[in-house]
Formats: sequence, C-alpha cells, structure tokens
Amino acid sequence: MIRVLLFGRLRDVAGWRERAVDPGPASLFALKNLLAAEDLALGEALAGPGVQAAVDKALVRGDVALAAGAEVAFLSPMSGG
Amino acid sequence: MVRLQTEPFDPGVLLSAFCRDRQETGAVVSFTGIARGGKGAVTRLELEAYPGFTDAEIERMAEAARARFSLHDVLIVHRIGEIAPGEAIVFVAAAAAHRREAFEAADHLMDYLKSRAPFWKKEHRPDGERWIEPTERDITDAERWD
Repeated sequence: MIRVLLFGRLRDVAGWRERAVDPGPASLFALKNLLAAEDLALGEALAGPGVQAAVDKALVRGDVALAAGAEVAFLSPMSGG
Repeated sequence: MVRLQTEPFDPGVLLSAFCRDRQETGAVVSFTGIARGGKGAVTRLELEAYPGFTDAEIERMAEAARARFSLHDVLIVHRIGEIAPGEAIVFVAAAAAHRREAFEAADHLMDYLKSRAPFWKKEHRPDGERWIEPTERDITDAERWD
C-alpha cells in the first residue's frame, strides 16, 4: 500500500487530496503512470513545470523505489506564505 | 521555534513573550504580515501546508538564519487554513546582541517565507478562486541573500 497526497493545484485537478493505492507500485514513475492511466488530466498536471515529489516527507529527484507503506506527496509549485 | 496554526494570533502577545527574560539580547526585531483584502477583491485566503514537511523546511531555514546572523533566538508563527482580510498571517521575531543582525535576520526570513517556503495559497474572490504563486518581486527579494 502506498499513501498518495496531492498539494495545491494538483488536488483541484484530481478532485481528491489523499488516497491509498493498493497494491502499491514499486517505483515513483510506476505510481505516476498508474495515476495518469486512471486520470489523464492528473497525469498531465503531474508532468507539468515545477511539480516536485516527496517520499516520506523528503524531496526526491527522478525515479526512486517505493517501499510498502511509503507516503508519496506530489507538490504543485509552492506559493510561499 | 516554528509554529504553524489554524487559530488567529495576537502579534503583541507574541512579541511581549518573546522579549521577556532576556539579559544579553540587545535587539529584537519583529515583523507581522496581515492578509490584504484588495479593496473587497479578496474575501479570504486559504493557505495549505504539508504537516511534517513544511514545518521541517522552515525550521531548517530558521536554524540557518540563526547561525548566519548570530541570533540568540528566532520565532516564526504562520497561519494555515482559512484567513480573513485584516487578520495577521505571519509573525517573525529575531533576537540578537545588536540591532543590525536582528533587522537583517527578520528581513531575510520574511523574504524566504514569501517566496520559497512550502505553502500553497489560494485567493477566494467574489468571482471565483485562484492559486497564487510568488511575484517577480518576491523572487528577486529572496535572491538578495543567495
């Protein structure tokens, strides 16, 4: 199981903020592909400029392996406070 | 110390508590940011944070500022959730031996918070809602410290 969180504009595009994906994909790119296959608009938004990913609350670049129970957050460009 | 909270705060109370019991601090500089209404154009702000991530990032920045400006102490309080125009949204205080470091630290921390802190901000207007991104000015202000 992977817990997926969306922040900012992404959550409006998807219409949800948090969900569990079970069984969880083994990598970040596989997770993105799975989400994009279910929701084309979300897939495009995830590939948009400035979108970052965090695994277990740490920013990651490129593809990374996902352990069972991992928390993956997709972050829209940050606005500042 | 960094605190993200949904409840409103009183900047005067925060400042008084921050100044209390200091024997070696010669200077405290504080900044309070207030949500602007844009003459009725903005009915409320919605500020989203990622708990455990947003606070950790800001804490890291506060620690870096503490070392860079030789601060005795730092306090950052930031509202999250729904904020009405006229309400305080952010409070920053820096304590140092002398004023220059305290002024610069507060300025630096605010430039960081306005442009790079991991928040997502949405403006609710009478005609709809829109996500806000840092302005050019916010970005160039923050680059002064790089």
